[in-house]
Amino acid sequence: MSENSVANNNQQNKVSNKQLLKLVMIPVLMFGFGFALVPLYDVFCEVTGLNGKTGRVEASEINQKQVDTSRTVKVKFIANTGNGLPWRFEPVVTDMEIHPGEIYEAMYRVTSRTDKPSVGQAVPSVSPVPASLHFNKTECFCFLNQELAPGETRDMPIRFVINHDLPEDIVEVTLSYTFFNIEQKQG
Amino acid sequence: MSTATTHDEHHDHGPASGLMRWVTTTNHKDIGTLYLWLSFIMLLTGGAMAMVIRAELFQPGLQLVEPNFFNSMTTMHGLIMVFGAIMPAFVGLANWLIPMMIGAPDMALPRMNNWSFWILPFAFTMLASTLLMEGGAPAFGWTFYAPLSTTYAPDSTDFFIFAVHLMGISSVMGAINIIATILNMRAPGMTLMKMPLFVWTWLITAYLLIAVMPVLAGAVTMMLTDRHFGTSFFDAAGGGDPVMFQHIFWFFGHPEVYIMILPAFGIISAIIPTFARKPLFGYSSMVYASASIAILSFMVWAHHMFTTGMPVAGELYFMYATILIAVPTGVKIFNWVSTMWKGSMTFETPMLWALGFVVMFTIGGFSGLMLGVAPVDTQYHDTYFVVAHFHYVLVTGALYSIIAAFYYWVPKWTGNMYDEKLGKIHFWWSTISVNLLFFPQHFIGLAGMPRRIPDYALQFAEFNMISSIGGFAFGLAQVFFLYIVVKTIKGGEKATDEVWEGATGLEFEQLPSPAPYHSFNTAPEVK
Amino acid sequence: MIFRRLSKHSYVLFTALMSSLLATTAQADYELNMTEGVTPISQQIYDLHMIVLWICVIIGIGVFGAMAYSIIYHRKSKGAKAATFHESTTIEIIWTLVPLAVLIAIAVPATATLLDLEDTSEADVNIQVTGIQWKWRYKYLDEDVEFISSLSEESRNAIPDPTGVDNYLLDVDKPIVVPVNKKIRFLFTADDVIHAWWVPELAVKQDAVPGFINDSWATIEEPGIYRGQCAELCGKDHGFMPIVVNAVSEPEYQEWLVAMRAEAAAVAAAADQEFSMDELVAKGESVYAANCSACHGPTGAGVPPVFPAITGSSVATGDIGAHIDIIMNGKTGTAMQAFKTQISDVDIAAVVTFQRNSLGNTVGDLVQPSTIKSLR
Repeated sequence: MSENSVANNNQQNKVSNKQLLKLVMIPVLMFGFGFALVPLYDVFCEVTGLNGKTGRVEASEINQKQVDTSRTVKVKFIANTGNGLPWRFEPVVTDMEIHPGEIYEAMYRVTSRTDKPSVGQAVPSVSPVPASLHFNKTECFCFLNQELAPGETRDMPIRFVINHDLPEDIVEVTLSYTFFNIEQKQG
Repeated sequence: MSTATTHDEHHDHGPASGLMRWVTTTNHKDIGTLYLWLSFIMLLTGGAMAMVIRAELFQPGLQLVEPNFFNSMTTMHGLIMVFGAIMPAFVGLANWLIPMMIGAPDMALPRMNNWSFWILPFAFTMLASTLLMEGGAPAFGWTFYAPLSTTYAPDSTDFFIFAVHLMGISSVMGAINIIATILNMRAPGMTLMKMPLFVWTWLITAYLLIAVMPVLAGAVTMMLTDRHFGTSFFDAAGGGDPVMFQHIFWFFGHPEVYIMILPAFGIISAIIPTFARKPLFGYSSMVYASASIAILSFMVWAHHMFTTGMPVAGELYFMYATILIAVPTGVKIFNWVSTMWKGSMTFETPMLWALGFVVMFTIGGFSGLMLGVAPVDTQYHDTYFVVAHFHYVLVTGALYSIIAAFYYWVPKWTGNMYDEKLGKIHFWWSTISVNLLFFPQHFIGLAGMPRRIPDYALQFAEFNMISSIGGFAFGLAQVFFLYIVVKTIKGGEKATDEVWEGATGLEFEQLPSPAPYHSFNTAPEVK
Repeated sequence: MIFRRLSKHSYVLFTALMSSLLATTAQADYELNMTEGVTPISQQIYDLHMIVLWICVIIGIGVFGAMAYSIIYHRKSKGAKAATFHESTTIEIIWTLVPLAVLIAIAVPATATLLDLEDTSEADVNIQVTGIQWKWRYKYLDEDVEFISSLSEESRNAIPDPTGVDNYLLDVDKPIVVPVNKKIRFLFTADDVIHAWWVPELAVKQDAVPGFINDSWATIEEPGIYRGQCAELCGKDHGFMPIVVNAVSEPEYQEWLVAMRAEAAAVAAAADQEFSMDELVAKGESVYAANCSACHGPTGAGVPPVFPAITGSSVATGDIGAHIDIIMNGKTGTAMQAFKTQISDVDIAAVVTFQRNSLGNTVGDLVQPSTIKSLR
């Protein structure tokens, strides 16, 4: 506490420019901090799995020797379409039994049900949330624009691995993809 | 206010005449008055919207308004009350009182003071104009969660965003001014730990303001770019995350609720000792409790989001941190009760409002503790139980303290005593009606009525009707308050310089009533 | 005088609080307290709620009691002389530590309940719940059953005057049916904005966020019908998207699944039938009421400019192909959804025909479900 900052008699109202500048810097920095929350939030999510987004790894990074064949985890695949995207989107196989540490391939199928070309983009989400920290994909169609010709059907594979360090109490993991219409998102 | 009638053209210390006095004024008392009037107008405006809400909810079925307009009403009511009524009222009180309390002639940055006020009428005109726009006013709640406030919002949202920016700039400028004043302009001998608690709590509040208002500005800027410039901060389709909006909003929003209650703590800590004729119990623990509440307020934001699907670890942390706030808040309440203990109490109007504050703010605190318990919040979240909680804290808390402050200091401001009988009627009328209004909302919330709905199932009908009746009565009581305010400004029994037997502080001990246009041109001596 | 009024006032508050506790067993027309619910979790939450409530009541009695005592006895009019004490470190430490201990006592059971609440593993039935403005889509993940549930027509028609309507705003056209004593896992997501699925008796309230999945679970121990509502502001008709859960025995549940599949097959088959104009208009009227009237109004007047009128509109009286397209594919950037993901071929054909030949429009043409089917 700055007990010494008591001003002098009669000369009280001098506010130094330096102090004013400091005070102005706080809101300016905090405005920046508001935006910094965006990457911070992503980091936070990566550490805690907060928003259920999945990780991505290179196939070469995965140590196949760490396969834990003593454990079986059930993986459920679900698919949604958001904000009026006229596509049929579904997993080819809805359930899989897997061993942590091994790489698996799953397939989603998407069919355009419109007579115009259409563009969608998929967003993944994993439940339960802590599992997303251990759910990695080596190949995925998500976060990329996918353009379908009228009536086109396309199979979209994902290759994924659930790390062997998945907590013991997680016995079932759900992977969800939502395809969003991104045509309306123009400027 | 009364000085307006006695101005003297040749006198250096009098105010200028006419309308331009108010437009160009740099006097802390004039600006304080402007803030207080703005806040009163906003209170009545937001209150009128609340009347529309309560009228529609008077009975089940839709009788008066369309659901979309109803949502606009809840949205505008919240925004106007938070940013237009409560916050400017506290800034107005700060302007009036802080220089007098610390022995300063004026605020440190008088010209900026003028600006920070005059931005506000424009901001609120802009916000209110959205009601007349095609597509309707913003209807996404005062918390404006994305994507309802981005992809799915009406065009008027851009005006809302700009208005929020202006309010933020005004608040930040006001807060910088207050900090500069408190840090630089204290009279000799007025050490920090001798400052009245109102000054202390405002100093802390001002730091909260400059820390979080810019975060709100950042959030609405991101909304703006999401809406118009193709970014996807909050849009899942583009890889963004709507839940992140809530994190950023509540990082601002939770400190914001303390911005609206800390100055109230300062007011109550001034009034209770006066009428108990006994010094405030635990002054330094009050200061430390205020500071710890402010610091904790940055660490608990996600307790507003227990149902968004946070991981268990996060929910546990935010639950523990939240209920921890009960400790410093409890200390304050215990201190106030101990101040009354073995005092020599009288019950003039300001004391009644202060006692009403302590009782009902505590009830709001209890429901706050209940809401903080994460698993139970599953049932409380987004119901009328929450509505009851924050109205107990903000109406019978913040608003009651503002009204108490008016009655307590208005004799010093105008030189006139208010009418004691009318003041007491105002208190009892308000207190009975406000409990009729908000207490039943606890029950309908627990029984399962979600908030922000224009129509409800039949089993909630009885309590909603009681609540509406209480609402109309409480609304009317504040129109009555307007009458009391005008009457007091126009005249009344002359106040003594001390005003209250047992009042302490420079404004009562060293200034006449009414306080001169420029107080403390020479700094007073503080023992 | 004043103290009597004040203490009377707090007395009223407390009687109200107390009576709320006593009233929990007596189920009246209206309720005053939280439901105990029908799942183990809802019971735990209720118990926790009561513990915290009682703690608050006891603290309240202490604080308000001390206040009332000094208001009564330490008043100037009774000749009380003010003491001068203004601090006591001992007391301050005590009233910091005691509340802290009380809070820890609350935190322990709260933590246990929270861990149970979040344990969604090993469910018997998985249901995906999707929030859509303003209805719910349910998809039984292992059963190939999928349908949309929205506000019942009876409730919708009663909005101007709901007197005497059973379960007003808490009734749907198609409830979800679940077996009792099975762990049911709900997976939540949304198509447009954030919604929240809340059934108080199940103690499930979870946000449905577009692009993300959340989950929650319930094991219902008593058969019965449980009602809830959307609990996150989601736009105009947020107050009009209820939830009805019908908990039945396992055999009844299986029967219901069979019936639902049969119904879906019948709907698909109907797409190949020919319908008369009258049949389509009659059917279209109820489809319109359930899907369109919320925005476009029961008479087709709409709420311009946000929700355009149907009566006399250029779409509903113009080229039928464009009319079908906007209903099937929606209009991006507006609340108009792509209804082909929500309603059947017959319903689309019916509602198009209805809009063109009713609500003040007299175009005179019709469309058959087979046409809609070919456009999918």
